Parts: sequence; structure tokens; C-alpha cells
Amino acid sequence: MKQSLQRFLADYGMLFVLGALCAFFSVVTYSEQSPGGESGARQLAREIRTSSGSPPAVLIAVRDHPEDLLFARTLEETLKASGAKIFTVTGEPKDARDALVRRVADGVPLDVVACSPATAGWLVFADLKKDFPALAGTRVLTPSRYKWPNFLKSENLLNIANQIAVIAIVAVGMTMVIVTGGIDLSVGSLLALSSVLSSWLIREIGGGPGASALSMILCCIVAIVACGGVGGFSGLMITRCGIPPFIVTLAMMLVGSGVAYILAKGQSIYQIPDSFVWLGRGADLLGLPNAVVLMLVLYAVAHVLMSRMRLGRYLYAVGGNREAARLSGVPVERVLLFAYVVSALLAGLGGVIMASQLKSGSATYGNMYELYVIAAVVVGGTSLSGGEGKILGTLIGAFTIAVIQNGMNLTNVESYSQKVVLGLVILAAVLLDRVRQRVR
Amino acid sequence: MSSEISPKPSGGVPLLRMRGITKSFPGVQALRGVDLTLMPGEVLALLGENGAGKSTLMKVLGGAHRADGGSLEIDGLPVDFGSPEDSRAAGVALIYQEFNLVPGLTAVENLFLGRERTRAGLIRRADERRDAAAIFSRLGAQIDLDVPCSRLTTAQQQLVEIGKALAFQARILVMDEPTAALTSHEVERLFEIIRELRRQGIGIVYISHRLDEIFSIADRLTVLRDGVHVGERKVDQITRREMIELMVGRELKDEYPARSVALGEPRLEVSGLRRGRAVQGVSFSVRRGEILALTGLVGSGRTETVRLIFGAEPRDAGEIRLDGRRLEIRDPRDAIAAGIGLLTEDRKLQGLVLGHSVRENFGLPSLNLWSRSGFVQETRERQEFGRHTSSLQVKISGPEQRAGHLSGGNQQKIVLAKWLARDCDVLIFDEPTRGIDVGARFEIYLLMNQLVAQGKSIVMISSELPEVLGMADRILVMHAGKITGEIAEARSATQEQIMQLAVA
Repeated sequence: MKQSLQRFLADYGMLFVLGALCAFFSVVTYSEQSPGGESGARQLAREIRTSSGSPPAVLIAVRDHPEDLLFARTLEETLKASGAKIFTVTGEPKDARDALVRRVADGVPLDVVACSPATAGWLVFADLKKDFPALAGTRVLTPSRYKWPNFLKSENLLNIANQIAVIAIVAVGMTMVIVTGGIDLSVGSLLALSSVLSSWLIREIGGGPGASALSMILCCIVAIVACGGVGGFSGLMITRCGIPPFIVTLAMMLVGSGVAYILAKGQSIYQIPDSFVWLGRGADLLGLPNAVVLMLVLYAVAHVLMSRMRLGRYLYAVGGNREAARLSGVPVERVLLFAYVVSALLAGLGGVIMASQLKSGSATYGNMYELYVIAAVVVGGTSLSGGEGKILGTLIGAFTIAVIQNGMNLTNVESYSQKVVLGLVILAAVLLDRVRQRVR
Repeated sequence: MSSEISPKPSGGVPLLRMRGITKSFPGVQALRGVDLTLMPGEVLALLGENGAGKSTLMKVLGGAHRADGGSLEIDGLPVDFGSPEDSRAAGVALIYQEFNLVPGLTAVENLFLGRERTRAGLIRRADERRDAAAIFSRLGAQIDLDVPCSRLTTAQQQLVEIGKALAFQARILVMDEPTAALTSHEVERLFEIIRELRRQGIGIVYISHRLDEIFSIADRLTVLRDGVHVGERKVDQITRREMIELMVGRELKDEYPARSVALGEPRLEVSGLRRGRAVQGVSFSVRRGEILALTGLVGSGRTETVRLIFGAEPRDAGEIRLDGRRLEIRDPRDAIAAGIGLLTEDRKLQGLVLGHSVRENFGLPSLNLWSRSGFVQETRERQEFGRHTSSLQVKISGPEQRAGHLSGGNQQKIVLAKWLARDCDVLIFDEPTRGIDVGARFEIYLLMNQLVAQGKSIVMISSELPEVLGMADRILVMHAGKITGEIAEARSATQEQIMQLAVA
């Protein structure tokens, strides 16, 4: 028990750094919340349902504003399910007054006036009892205010996950490559190439904005497989010709980026169907964005592969001592090839997700991503000299970087300073890890 | 130890005196009050099994470890080494088995590394060169001063290490297994140099597992066992047998265990094996139940030959048969699948993944047998691991201990275990006891006997002729890539016989 705890701490010590960062940003962004939109509506609906015995008559008053409209729509749906009578008024205070006048004139009883945080302050509701004696029994309700860190709002947390999904997915392959003692600098360029190639194929062959789902899927698969082919080429150059991975993938980084620019003619390709954004922006499972779900699935699969499967053992063995592994019967060349192909395939997948998030493909996507991906892997505790590292550590590393970026956005640090801070924090995180390992 | 002699072999102030040194690490008491005295112009052999505390003691001397208790005196004056720099400034130089040379720099550059002779920030190359030449001529050695050290032979690199020590006026020289990688001719040259250093008043602590060397070079010996100083003798007043008994702490019956195994039909047959100049047409066969020794000087093509059989290197020509069946061996995987295992001569570089656990190292060759649809059956792996490590009596703290943290003997047992688990029919042992202490050696010999008794065949490469004579059924001697002789009855052969064939 004690031993397994120790091992857990050794493998995932960076979890504490991540936790500390989250705690820090939670404290810094602790502020008063007046929930509108969906969450506010749910809270208010619960209050109305519990406080009124029979199905109540409710007037919903909101501004003509997206968040208020969402608030109204959610409230309507939830209350109607419990049989309430709903009247909704959208617009200015004047419109609300007119609606109230009409209600009183019709002699219809009104139990509750439901306001969004914005409309709750309108004078018409403050003076309700004075202006409309008939509505003396009517309660004016609004979602209650409370204190909560902006950082810990569920929208923000999902936002963090969505922002880092692409980097985290590419980092899965990078972890495998680095565990074998190599490096893959080409992932950023392959990401751009894949975004351009998939959108180009959809425009040229799939039928542009009218492309069908099947043709879009096929175009994306072709783009991802093409990236995998580049990875295979890198792998062969590394295993068969003995060229160092750094050089091979540096070359492929230039080639991939160049081809992406040539294919896109230096512009972004946006003639793709609206439905293409499903992968990058949709959220079908428990409100989790699809890209995040995909990321979690990939991490689960990679974790099992690295910790339970023969191939995973071989990846570590090749990185730990290539010659000893070879003389123990490990198919070293195939293992290395696998790592580079997977890294490239995942870079291709990342490119498709990014194209979907931004509904376009461009050769400028993924610029410098190889460095963020390597940073995520290293912050996650994987040794650049190979043979050591954990896939879930990389997930922690990716989230550490995302949390730092997000926290600085929330605290209004401007983007140039963000870079400086991010660089220093990465260094500090790895330094901390070193010190901890030496103490052990 | 009633026959112990006085720690002062002659009068005068000892060059070095370590008294009551204690040192403990978490869970281990490595040294329990060890004394050591070294006189000027003396070669002191420091003996003991692996784990006896020799390295720890020398690390205390070298300033890498700080002793928990005890005192250190140089020329009768107390010293306190807080760092390797302190120790070096006091005139102590340590030469490890693995050299501390920068391979890309020349001998001169290595000699003055960190202490360059400079004027106005520029290196005075001519001065350095002159001083280096003087040092090497003092050693009576000829070293090309202009080529990178990586292009020097092992023996020459060692001379550069010794030169480095002389360059900063070291007076105490610690040499850890200096002859492990040298040919017998080079060993002779090294001994001449050591004798020359001794004449110049330098004190030398000499660590070696090769007991024959102790007799030819050392004046006195100190034996450690389990962190305790168990004896100190003059070399001319002790026999080889007594020496071993002091080290292992019990009476020794035989250095090489006897066996009687009936030999069966030929199992591994090799014919016409060739690769470049290293291996020029080697043919031999090994029978079931036989231990075949392959010997000869370093560089005679022994290791290259077995690497070809194992598929570690591609061969130009040659046929390999196992039980009459022709094998297609293109890489080690093919050899392993056919039932051939190779214990490499270099455990650390080729045998083990030092940063990984002993369990993972153990399982590596057998994973394809112990996995189902790609998943490793870890329960099975753990069972096999427990079975083999307990039958080999490997001293480990648990299956997750890092291989790099084990002593040489235990590392070798892990390598052995990994091939035993693979159930190979033919085992090739390349220098199986190199750097391994007497006790663990005997266990490995016993194990070899057990293996042949089970009907397996062993090809053993060894540079140690007593081992070859003591363990083999038959001896093949190689020279310059060819087999130059066969001795069918190993037990009745002599070292001279082998040497004549080896230099033929």
C-alpha cells in the first residue's frame, strides 16, 4: 500500500503542481456570480417548482440578448415539463409593463415573475405591488447570487479541456516517441498539412459546402493517413538509414509546412459544410465537447497500451537500452516505426479537429505546436533521454499548461507577458520534479 | 584472525591512514569501522566480494561519500574531504573501470581538462604538449598525442587516465579492476608501469577479482567482508586458497564444482562462419550436455563468432544447424525463437536496461510467450520471476528494484534468469564471471553444471584460463578470426598449451 502510493507519487507528482495551480487561480478569480443562461434557468426552475404547490403561472421577462434568450428557453422547457403556464416577454422594460397590464386586464392570475439577472433590476418589477395591486400575491424571482471562482465555473473548465484537446492528443504520440529516446519535430507542420489537406479534399472532391457526412469522413481519413505515411517515412529514415530523429523530423517539419502552403496557395480553405464543426465544437456526451471525449478515449487506450501491452514494454525497453533490447529479441525497428507512425497519425487527427473547430484549413495552424506538445510531455515527467515516462503524466502536463494559460486569461494578463510566464513556469515545473526525484 | 601482522609493514609515516571508517546508507550498513594503511611506494591490494564495501571505502577516500565516522590522515595529518575536489587536491586519484575521458578530445586535452595551462585566457598548447610528453615518457608509454582518445586502444586510454593522475601530482592512486579489458600482453605492460610508479614513491590501492594478479603485483593485501576489515597480510605470506577463504568467510573446497554429465549427440553445429576480417571460416559443434570453451586473446574473434551465431551481426557466409535442422538466423529474434540465448560480455551496455526494474528486464525475451493478444500476462510474469530469482538466490529488494542498483553478480543472475525463463537449449556465455566475486562465481559455475545436466549445451567464452580449464569439457582456441586448435580433454590441459595456440 505504502509502496504503491510512493510509486504513484513518483509517477504523477506533477498532479500536485496542477492542483496547486488550480487552487491558486480559484482563489484569485473568486468573485460574485449572478448566474444567467442555462445554469441560472435551471436553478430558478428548481426554486419555482419547490415553492409553489400547484403548477404555477409564470411570466418570464428577458432582454433580447443571447444569454437571456437561452435563459428563457431553458426555463420554459423545464417548467412546461412540470405543467406550469408560461408567458414570455422579450425586450425593454416598456414591453414588460405592457405585458403585465394585459395580464391584469385579462384577469389571469400570475404566481411568479421570473427575471434574468439583467432584468431583475428593472423598476417595473421593483414597484410591482404599488403599480399593480391586483398582483399583490405575485412573487418576483431571479436566480440567486452567490460567490464562486470564475476559474471553477463548469463552462470555464470545459473551455480549458477543449482548448488543450488538440495539443493533448498530439502529445500521446509524442510521449511514445520520446519514451523510445527520439523526438518528433514534425507534428506542428503535419497538423497544418492535415487541416489543409482535409479541407482541400472536401472542397475539391467532397463537393464543397454541400459535402455529405460520409465524404467528409473519407476526406479526413485520407488526410490523417497521409500524415501517417509521412511518419512512416521518418521512421524508415531513422531505423534503416540511421539518421538521428531530430534531423529527420526537422526536415519533415519543413517539407510538411511547405506542402501545406503550396496546397492552400497561401490562403485558408473555408468552403466546407457547417456540419463539419461537429467534431470540434459539438458536445453530445454529458455536455462534454466531442474533442475532449476523443482525447480521453485516446489517453485511456494509450495508457493501457503503454502499461499493459507487450508493445508498450518494447517502447520503454528500446528507449532504455536499444542494444540490450535488440539482443533480448525486441523488434527494435518495428517498434520505432510504430512510434513515429502513431505520432504522425495523431498529428493528422489533431489537424482535422482544429480544422473542424475553426471551420477552415490553413497552413498557419499548428505553428509552434511541436514545442507546446514537447513541453506537455516533459512537464508530465517523461525523460528526454528515453525509457521513462507515463502517458497519464503527459495528460497532466498538458492540463498544467492549459490551466496556466487559462488562468492568465481570466486574470487579464496580456498575451506577451503570458508567453514569458508560461516559459518560466514550464522550467519551474520540471525543476521541481528534478529536485523531488533527487530527494527520493 | 590470529596471524594478523602489524599494519605498518615498514617504519615511517604512512602515506594514507583510514581509521574506523563507518558509512551507512538507508537500510544498509556499508562500512563498519574499516582501517586501511598505505605506505609510500607500496601496492596494496584491496580484496573482497562485491558488496563487501570496497567501492564505498574508495568513494570515501575520493570525496564522493562522506564517512559517518572515523578519521582520515595523509602523511600523518588529519584531512576531511567534503568533495572530490578536496580529495584530488590532497593528491588522491581514482581510476575507475569506466574511464573518465572525453572521447572526442586528444590525450593532451584530456590530461589538462579543467586545469588548462593558459596565458591571458588562451591555452598554451605547446607547454601542455611538452608536459604531457614528459609524463608519458615517465610512464615509458608511447601515446599519439594528436588523435582523439576514442581512437586509442583501451590500454592506451588507461595510460591517459594514469597520466591524468600524474599531471596533478597524485601520490595515492586507486585502480579499480584495471586489467578487466586488457590483453595479457597489455597487463604485463601495465604492471611494469605500476612498478615504476611504486619506485617513484606513489602508493597504489589495487582492486581486482583476478587473484593471480595480486600475487604478481601487490605487496600487501587488505580484505573486507560485509563492511568489516577481516584481514591484512603480506602477499608472500598467503596462499591463493587462504585468500579466497578470507574473502568468502568459509572454507573453500573447490573453486570449480565437479560434474559428471554424459555427452549426447551434436546439438549446435556451425560451419564456415565468416564476417570480414574478424571471423574467417569458423566451424565447430557442441554436443548435448557439453560445455565448450571458446578462448583466445581479446580480439581473436571469439565474441564476433558468437554474435554471428546469435544474429546480432549479419554474417557473410556460414551455416548454423540446431539438432540437425538448418536455421535461418537474420537477427537475434530468430536465434531466440530457435532456442539460443546469449549472455553478452558487457552486462551494462548490452545485457540490461539499467533504468528499468529487474522484473521488466527478466521478462523482455519471453514477452511474446507470456502475452495474449498483445497484453502481457503480468501474473504469469511475476510467478516466473519469483520462481527463477529464488532458485538462483538473487539478492533483490523486490521485483520493482532497478537493475542498475544491483551488484555485478546479482545483475549477472538476472541476465541468467531471463534466458533460463526462455528455456533456451543452447546458451552462449560471453565472459560469464567478469567482474563477479568469488562467491557468486561459484554459484554461476554450479548453475552451468545443472544446465548441462538437464541436457542443454553451453558455449563459454572466457579469458581466464583457470576458469576455462576448470569448467570446460572441450576447448577451442581462436587466433585472428580462425580456430587454431582444439583440446579435447580440457581437464588434463595446461595454460601453456592454450597460450601457445592462442598466439600461434
